[in-house]
Amino acid sequence: MFGDYSISDLGAILAMQGFAGLILFSVYVLMALGLAIIFGQMGVINMAHGEFMILGAYVTWMTSNAVQHVAPWLFPGYFFIAMILAFIASGALGMLVEWALIRHLYKRPLDTLLATWGLSLILQQAYRSIFGAREVGVELPEWMMGSWQATDSIQIPINGMFVMALTMLITIAVAYVLFWSSWGKQVRAVVQNRVMAGAVGINTEKVDRYTFGLGCGIAGVAGSAFTMIGSTGPTAGQLYIVDTFLVVVFGGAASLFGTIASAFSISQTQSTLEFFLSGSMAKVITLLTIVAILMVRPQGLFALKVRK
Amino acid sequence: MVINSRFFNRSELLGFLALAVLLLLILPLSLDIFRLNLVAKYLTYAFVGIGLVLCWGYGGILSLGQGVFFGLGGYCMAMYLKLEASSVANTKIQSTPGIPDFMDWNQITQLPLFWKPFHSFPVTVLAILLVPALFALIIGAAMFKRRVGGVYFAIITQAIAAILTILIVGQQGYTGGINGITDLRTLHGWDIRTDHAKFILYFVEVVLLFGCIVAAQFIRLTKLGRILVAMREQEDRVRFSGYSVANFKIFAFCAAAVFAAIGGAMFTLEVGFMSPSFVGIVPSIEMVIYTAVGGRMSIFGAVWGALLVNFAKTSLSESFPQLWLFGLGALFIAVVLAFPNGLSGIWADHIQPRIDRLFASRKSKSAAGLVADGAPAE
Repeated sequence: MFGDYSISDLGAILAMQGFAGLILFSVYVLMALGLAIIFGQMGVINMAHGEFMILGAYVTWMTSNAVQHVAPWLFPGYFFIAMILAFIASGALGMLVEWALIRHLYKRPLDTLLATWGLSLILQQAYRSIFGAREVGVELPEWMMGSWQATDSIQIPINGMFVMALTMLITIAVAYVLFWSSWGKQVRAVVQNRVMAGAVGINTEKVDRYTFGLGCGIAGVAGSAFTMIGSTGPTAGQLYIVDTFLVVVFGGAASLFGTIASAFSISQTQSTLEFFLSGSMAKVITLLTIVAILMVRPQGLFALKVRK
Repeated sequence: MVINSRFFNRSELLGFLALAVLLLLILPLSLDIFRLNLVAKYLTYAFVGIGLVLCWGYGGILSLGQGVFFGLGGYCMAMYLKLEASSVANTKIQSTPGIPDFMDWNQITQLPLFWKPFHSFPVTVLAILLVPALFALIIGAAMFKRRVGGVYFAIITQAIAAILTILIVGQQGYTGGINGITDLRTLHGWDIRTDHAKFILYFVEVVLLFGCIVAAQFIRLTKLGRILVAMREQEDRVRFSGYSVANFKIFAFCAAAVFAAIGGAMFTLEVGFMSPSFVGIVPSIEMVIYTAVGGRMSIFGAVWGALLVNFAKTSLSESFPQLWLFGLGALFIAVVLAFPNGLSGIWADHIQPRIDRLFASRKSKSAAGLVADGAPAE
């Protein structure tokens, strides 16, 4: 399969596919971050996570349309407003869902899976009724289009670089919130021992609600970032949900660093294979490898040692 | 502990008879062949549901990959039917006669090796039962021996469903791709497309379904079934008592896979094609939902759940396509939140006691002495 390419060609291919992999990596990390909080920390299997992401994407699309009509001078920077709005919208919906649905099911993790799957069907149909079944795409501002010519044979798209920078910022912010803020300590305390955390005066219900909201909000931001590299349809979220779960499980459910490492290895494998094989075979081989590794090492790459 | 020595207790026997009367008498007599064929299609999911009752309701192993086994069974059957339909005489116009049409469209000139066994009907029947069982054995052994369970098992089986779908869609030349294997005509020389054949196939399917119900009931009542329940409740204690928890789980998972595969093979016969849209994540979760709605602890509940949810799906999506997904989603949430034991739970908690009371009061009027004898032993 390497026969027709010279060494420098191969280098350029690897670099460009590597970069395509980095964009995929960013999407995976953004989606998996929210899921790592909800699933890894709280143990809730949120099958509607993809739909929270799509909500963020639709919010971004609406903001872009609104800004274009109402305040065109704001257009170059509309993306930052959209991201904040997406975070608020998805986070608020997440908190509502936690209050109405999830809090009754903390003791039955498998049932959260079924209930949130039902929720995802409702949300999908709601998007279809409100926004139509066709995929929508946002218009990028001038400065995000085009690409940066690194060498003669290597081109790197600017929107991709922007998404990556964004991912890094959000990851750092999440890590800070979870590991160094006092609220993050409360979250981790509740996760490790709910009864004890309650006994020392942590309002566990409130912590649960905000944690779930935070996870969903990050999914909204992920959707917002997603609009810059692809179009959005009502069922787009479902395409990513299995991949995202595998990323989280493969990384080790409770480890943030593991999530990032696994997102990196999965996305790089997939995008490199994609060039040499067909897209579907690349995906099959990647997923099979993950499943095989998980069968040998069920706890994932980086497992937290917690005494049960 | 007193184990009910009878194979079916009184209410189960009534349930069995009610189902038999409905499926063998009422529906065939009252529905036209198109509707009866639809019922047959719904019932194929009941096979999956029975397997899920064993594996999920009793064993506590939630598999989100039952579509894989449904699909494997269905594809095995479809491959046999397709080979029979693409005889040299039928496929004269192709550049390579004698191979399935989609292979010809994809420039494949020779029948792939894994298709060859499906020329023979007995091998096909064996494959329908053994391929999914073997597949389940490999997955189950790899996971349960390492004590992977619960949520992780669900996610990994779901990933396997996704992988198989992508594989089938991607390898168009070997599997028929996204369209699946279509244009199936005869089973061992017998045309399955006629109304008469559909009528007979319906009865074959119902008989098979009752066979599966009896088999599942047998598993449930033996010691095996009790160990499954014990494992679901306190896995560690069962392990400490010296049982190999993994082997019991593997068995339950394989049994569920075989039931699903029988359903899949019948699906191919009834509907006349098989495609990846019955393999993937969405159909697999829907199968779990039929079981959850019917009641994850009740074998009959699973059959009713498959019938009722699919009936609702067809009639709602015919008249209000917009509302169907809202309805299905709300049904999921309602079942999980309010009725974890589904329809059979509602039946056992609210309707059964009233019927019992009704019977009891009648009996006490006619012969007071018989009540003590006639009351259920439990």
